[in-house]
Amino acid sequence: MDMAKKIAVTTTLNGEESIFLCEPRQTLLEALRDNLGLIGSKEGCGNGNCGACNVLLDGVLVNSCLVLAPEVEGRDVVTIEGIAEDGELHPLQQKFLEHASLQCGICTPGFIVSAKALLDDNPAPSEHDVRLWLAGNLCRCTGYDKIVRAVLDVAEGDS
Amino acid sequence: MQAIDFVAPTSVDEAISALAAGSGMARPLSGGTDLIAQLQEGRLALDTVVDLKRIPELMAISINSDGLTLGASVSCHSINNSQAIRDAYPALIDSTHLIGGTQIQGRASLGGNLCNSSPAADSIPNLIAHSVTCHIAGPSGRRTVPVEEFCTAPGRNVLENGEFLVALEFPAPPANFGAAYLRFIPRNEMDIAVVGAGASVVLSDDGSTIQSARVSIGAVAPTPLFVQEAGDALAGQPVSEETLAKAADLARDAARPISDMRGTIPQRKHLSGVLTQRALRIAIDRARGTKTVDELGRLNGHG
Ligand SMILES: Cc1cc2nc3c(=O)[nH]c(=O)nc-3n(C[C@H](O)[C@H](O)[C@H](O)COP(=O)(O)OP(=O)(O)OC[C@H]3O[C@@H](n4cnc5c(N)ncnc54)[C@H](O)[C@@H]3O)c2cc1C
Ligand code: FES
Ligand code: FES
Repeated sequence: MDMAKKIAVTTTLNGEESIFLCEPRQTLLEALRDNLGLIGSKEGCGNGNCGACNVLLDGVLVNSCLVLAPEVEGRDVVTIEGIAEDGELHPLQQKFLEHASLQCGICTPGFIVSAKALLDDNPAPSEHDVRLWLAGNLCRCTGYDKIVRAVLDVAEGDS
Repeated sequence: MQAIDFVAPTSVDEAISALAAGSGMARPLSGGTDLIAQLQEGRLALDTVVDLKRIPELMAISINSDGLTLGASVSCHSINNSQAIRDAYPALIDSTHLIGGTQIQGRASLGGNLCNSSPAADSIPNLIAHSVTCHIAGPSGRRTVPVEEFCTAPGRNVLENGEFLVALEFPAPPANFGAAYLRFIPRNEMDIAVVGAGASVVLSDDGSTIQSARVSIGAVAPTPLFVQEAGDALAGQPVSEETLAKAADLARDAARPISDMRGTIPQRKHLSGVLTQRALRIAIDRARGTKTVDELGRLNGHG
C-alpha cells in the first residue's frame, strides 16, 4: 500500500468551523467516524442503499458514504450530532422516543436527519410525502409505521 | 487499497490538464453515486479523482429562447427545484424524481447518469426523447455528439481518454411539444429499471395530428435504444390508439433484451411496447396542455 498523503479540509461542521485531516479516498462517513469521532452517522451498507449515514451538505440530504471527504472543503455539513440544539432534543428526536420509533437504533440517525430535511423542505407533508421521502432509508426492525407516525406527529405539531 | 489523489479544478481548462496528468488513470467525479460506490467496492482502478463540481459551467442551469444548457454535474435535487426547468421541460422531472431516493438525488447528476452509460440508466431515454446534444471538452478541444450516439456498450461511451462531458443542451421546446419517461420496476421506489421508455411528440395546433415524435427504450439492449422507426411511423398520423399501438409494436420489435434476475426476454419485449404506448399517451397529454392522462384515455375510448 502506498503512503497516502493527507489533505487538510476546512469545513463548517454542525455550525462550527472545523479542520480535519483525511486521505483523499476516505469517504465523508469514514472521516466523520474515524477521524473526527462523530460516530452518530452509521454505516449500514456503504453503498448508498440504506441511508444510515445521511447528513446535510449545504442543507441538501446526501449519503455521507458516497461523498469523498475532500469534497466538503469550504462547505457546510450537519450530522445527527448537530440536530439537537442547546442540549434540547429536536422535536423529531423527542417524538421518535415517544412513539418508540427505534429498536436497534442503527437506522435512527439517518431517519432523523432525513426527516429533518423533509420538514425543512415541506413543513406539512402528507403520509405519502413522508413515505416517499424516506424511501431511501431502510430499517430492519420497526416496520416503518412508528417512524412515519413520529414524523407526522412533528409535522402536525408544527402547523 | 491504493492511494489516490483528489483535485477540484475551477475551470474547464484546468480540468482538462488534471485529467491528462498522471498515468492516464484520472476519473471525473460529479455526484459520486456511481463512482464512489464502485471505488469502495474495488471495482474501479483510478489514481486521481477530478471533482468537476467547482467548475461554474458544469454546475450552471441556463435557459433562454434557444433552450436549456444544463451543466453535466448539476444534481437531480437542483433540477427538481428549478422552477424554470419544471416549466419548460416538465418531463425531465419524470427521470430526476425517480433516480434513487431523496439522498441519491441530492448528488446524482444527469452527466454522471449518462457517462456511467448503464443500459438501464433512467435519464438517457428521456434525454434522447428531448433531442439533447452533448457538449464534450478534452485535450483536442470541444465537440458535440447527439445523445443517442453517446453510449456504445454497457459502461462505455464515445468519450476519448481525457475527455469529459461539460453540458447537455436541450433545444427550446417547439409549440405543442410534450414528453414523458416511464419505467417498470417491481417495487414502488429505489430499484433498477426492468424496462424504461421515453417519448416526445410535437402535435398540430388543434392537437389532433402528430407532426413528429421520438421514442427511446432502456434496459433492453447493451445501450439505451433510439427507436427512430417508431417516431417516423407516427409523423403525420392522427392521434389515435391505433397509431400509438403501431409505434409500440415497432418498439417491441427493436428491443433485443437479455433475461436476467430482473426480467425475462418476453417480459421485457412486452414491456417495451406497453411503456412506449403509455409514455406516448402522457407526452400527447402534456403537448395538449389542458388534458389529463385520464381525460385522454377517455378521449381514446380507454377510460
Ligand atoms: C442507491 C442507489 C440508487 C440508484 N438508483 C438509480 C435509479 O433509480 N436510476 C438510475 O438511472 N440510476 C440510479 N443509480 C445510479 C446513479 O445514482 C446514477 O447513475 C447517477 O445519475 C450518477 O450520477 P453521479 O453524478 O452520481 O455520477 P458519478 O458517480 O459522479 O459518475 C458516474 C460515472 O460518470 C463519470 N462522470 C461523471 N461526470 C462526468 C462528466 N461530466 N464527464 C465525464 N464523465 C463523467 C464518472 O467518472 C463515473 O464513471 C442509483 C445509485 C445508487 C447508489
Ligand atoms: S451507509 Fe451510506 S447509504 Fe448505507
Ligand atoms: S431500528 Fe434497527 S434498523 Fe431500524
